[in-house]
Order: sequence, then structure tokens, then C-alpha cells
Amino acid sequence: MKISREDVLRVAELAYLDLSEAELETYRAQIDEILEYIGKLNELDTGKVEPMAQVLSDDQTADATLREDLIVPCAVAEDVLKHAPDPEPPYFRVPKVIER
Amino acid sequence: MTASWTIDGVKEALGAKKISARELAADFYKRIETRNPELNAFLTLSPERARRQTDKIDALVAEGKPLPPLAGVPVAVKDVISTRGIKTTCGSKILRNYIPPYDATAVERLEAAGAVILGKTNCDEFAMGSSNENSAYGPVKNPLAPDRVPGGSSGGSAAVVAAGLAVASLGTDTGGSIRQPGSFCGIPAMMGSYGRVSRYGLIAFASSLDRIGPFATNVQDVAAILKVIAGRDPHDSTSTTAPVPDYRAELVKPVKGLRLGIPKEYFGEGMDAGVRKKIEAGIEVFKKLGCQLVDIRMQHTDYAIATYYIIATAEASSNLARYDGVRYGLRVDDDSLLAMYRKTRGAGFGAEVKRRIVLGTYVLSAGYYDAYYLKGQKVRSLIAQDFRDAFAKVDAILTPTSPVPPFKLGERADDPLQMYLADIYTVTGSLAGVPGISVPCGKIGGTLPVGLQIFGAAFQEARVLQLAHAFEQAGGAAV
Repeated sequence: MKISREDVLRVAELAYLDLSEAELETYRAQIDEILEYIGKLNELDTGKVEPMAQVLSDDQTADATLREDLIVPCAVAEDVLKHAPDPEPPYFRVPKVIER
Repeated sequence: MTASWTIDGVKEALGAKKISARELAADFYKRIETRNPELNAFLTLSPERARRQTDKIDALVAEGKPLPPLAGVPVAVKDVISTRGIKTTCGSKILRNYIPPYDATAVERLEAAGAVILGKTNCDEFAMGSSNENSAYGPVKNPLAPDRVPGGSSGGSAAVVAAGLAVASLGTDTGGSIRQPGSFCGIPAMMGSYGRVSRYGLIAFASSLDRIGPFATNVQDVAAILKVIAGRDPHDSTSTTAPVPDYRAELVKPVKGLRLGIPKEYFGEGMDAGVRKKIEAGIEVFKKLGCQLVDIRMQHTDYAIATYYIIATAEASSNLARYDGVRYGLRVDDDSLLAMYRKTRGAGFGAEVKRRIVLGTYVLSAGYYDAYYLKGQKVRSLIAQDFRDAFAKVDAILTPTSPVPPFKLGERADDPLQMYLADIYTVTGSLAGVPGISVPCGKIGGTLPVGLQIFGAAFQEARVLQLAHAFEQAGGAAV
């Protein structure tokens, strides 16, 4: 077994995700099977392989996609707040966090 | 009324004043009204926005002014792509009422080119799926075989074009989500190179893999749409400054003498016999066109699914952290902030999304990062190298798009690993960042469509489209 019930609980905690008892066991079994399958990557010796951290490097120079650091107007706050679950312009309101 | 519209057909009809842009859009809405209740392919319609656009186009026609390249063309947009003022749900309950305050760059460019956005299309939740059965708003039916899936995750975008409810559409592809539904619905569907089309406004699933691309009824229209949406965008730092050729004008270039690689690894066990027969017949068409077929090896192909499901889920777990019930979307109330997060996310996300968040968080977590995520990134390098090595020898690569024809609704829904394995021929190109198209390549038993996939080297979209166009013109869709 690659992943235990405790592992799934710990990961769900990290991801701030409530899972029901039924979900917990279903996901554990399914993810266990997926991790088993993923284990086939260990057949490959990647000791001398660099991780691929960038998708494509075409001929453009590294700074071709950088822009001038200029201030541009961005008056979207009203629009954005309008669709928030609990807005109090110009803020988003959340439950009290001070105890933490 | 023309049964099947193309971009050229719309242009001609508008120019000759046979129909106005407004009438054309109204005609499409009528078809949608008839057909959509059965297909469930559109989630939201945007008639007011369409009306504003058709008024502009009709004014240009009335004044005798030149028309932009997609003037009056009715299009649909996948519901993971932001549209200002129009609900964008990502097929998720967590964004049930989300109205974006801005347009995606691809949407902005489509409208600037004269296209008329009819509405938003159904998809797997956050583009996670291969059958469209993971949508919180119900599955989409395949218009060619209503008991079967349209493919996914861009199932709605494929279905509306195949059913004649839009002339073209935008989808997104992370591991095959444009090409596979294109194949299942019998229409051409393309993803350009990573960086070819701006991702600004595309609601992120896996940022190093996500790409926006077109569906249409013919390759020429795919080329025309790609030309409009491609190109550098200051809002997406991964969008490239590489110049955008006139893909449509390039279509007529000859394909005779081009070298096409047939990778042995894509023709192994697990491929449906009917699919194999059609793909072999499709390859014969290229032979008749004077292309040279070359047997090649891409030895890391068999590791692509494992690599993909590490990288895609890791990136998804990070990207989906933003749904916290604070700034947009669903909130499930609680007195504690952390409990509010947990309840909101637990109630708002569907099963596949939760499964991927758990897996992605796990492969990134302390103690497992090196064994899974870093290992995946390294094998991704090997897969990308397979493609570079291949393109040193050949001009393009031919493969099936999917190992199986469209399957029945519900047939694979309970087995995530089996569902993931349906992406076996498409995820490779996603990981490598290269462009790929799926073109119709016959129908099994005259009913179930098969797609042939053409990969090109990075930024060789023009070559991919030339081959797809030549194949289509040579009757490839009827092999």
C-alpha cells in the first residue's frame, strides 16, 4: 500500500478540504492505484537528467517578455467586490481569525 | 438557409447582403433552442452581447466598409475562459454564479476580429476529465451518437460545432482536452505550441500545460481562428514574441516530399482494432500525397501518463488553492475562517477535482516531493527530448488521437485510472509543449469517428495545418 488513510487525512488538511468518511476511503484506494501506476517511473534512471522547469525556449531573448515597470490604471475593485460572497467595500469580509 | 456555415460562407453571405449578422445569430439561437436541451452543450447563452456585436457588423456592411476576418461568425467559448459580464462556471459548483470582470485575451481578439459570441460551453469541472462527465451541470451528449460521450474536457465546444450550433469554438487543452473531443465528435481541433496563444483569462488548471485552441468544421477555419488568437500578449509572460504567420495563406504550400514519422510506441497494444484500421488507411493517404513515411522510436512514450498525472495534479492543487470562499464563488459559512475554507472547498468541488487536489498535494508534500514531483519533471525532460530527437529526422509525426472511439456514457466513469489512460497519445505532446491537431480520419462502422493526430516541432503550426489541410482535401475524413 502506497498511501494510508492517515496520509489522505494529512493531505486533505494541508489542502483545506473537508472529506466525508466515504470520500476518504474511496480516494485512498483510487490514489493508491494511481501511485502504484506512477511507480513505473522508477524504471528510468534519471540521475543525470535536469528537471524540465520551463516548457519552451524558442529563440527569443530572456528579457523579450519582460515589460517596463510602469503604473497603469486598474479600476476593477468595484466590479470585483460586487461578486464577492461577503463584500464590505473596499474590503472582503471574512470570519474572525484573531484567535489563531 | 445553408445547412453548414463556414467562415468564408458567412463572409460571402454578409457581403452579398443575403443575410444580416443579426439574422444569422438569430438563426443559430433557434438551432440551439431546438438541439441544446438534448445535447446539454451550452451552459450559458449571451444574446445581448451577441446583439451588440452583430449591430456593429451590420453597420459596417451598411456603410460598405471592409469587414474584419471573422465578421459575423457565430462562435462558442468553453466555460473555463473568462468573458466579461457573462457567467463563467468552469463546470463547477464553486463558481456557480461567478461573473468575470474582464475578458480573456483570446476572447477579446475573437471579438475584435468580428466574431459573435453566442455563449459558453459545458466542460469537465476545471477541465479535468476526458468524457465531459465531470461537469457539475451534467454530461454533454455526442451529437453523432447520443448514447456516447463527446470526449473531454472541451466536450461542449466540440459538440456545438459538430452539431452545427456554432461555426467555430474555443476549447482548452491540458492533456488532450481539445484534440480528443475533436476526434470523438469528428471535427478538426488544434492546440498550438505552448506560448502560442495567450492564457490571460483562462482559468488555470495546470499552468505549464494549459493551452487555448480552436474547433471548426474544416482545417481552413481552424487556421483562420488560430491566426486571430495567436501572438504575444503583455498580460501573459509565457506568451511568445515569435511572429504569427498567416496560417490560412500557408495552407496551400505543397506537402509532397515531407518526411512523416510513425512512432512505433503509438501503435502497440491497447488500441482498438477499428481505430487501427482507420489510422493505417489515413497514413496511406499521406503516402499517396507523396509524403515519405519514416519509422521512428519515441522510447519514453509509455511513461507519459504517469508523468502527466504528477505534474498536472501538482499544478492543479496549487492553482485551485484560490477557491477559498473569500473573493468569488461559493462560500459555506462557519464562525472559524479555516473551517469556512474547508467546508467551502469540500462542498464546492466535485469528486474528480478533489481527487486531483489530494493527489497533487501529496506529490508536492514534504518527503514525497523528490520521489514524485521532481522525478516527474525529470521524465518530462526525457519526453521533450524524444520529440526534439524525432524532429531532427522528420517534419511531423502521425499518431492516433485516441486509442478508442467515443465510449458510452457511464462506461468508464467509476475508474479514474482507466479514464486517464484514454489520454495516452495526447499527453506526450502536452508535456513537450509542441503543437498538435486532430483531423477526422473515417468513422468505424460509418458512425463512430476516428481522429488522426499530427504533431509538429515547436512553433511549426503552419506545417501541421498544411498537412491536415492536404489530408482533408484528399478525402481523409472518409477513409
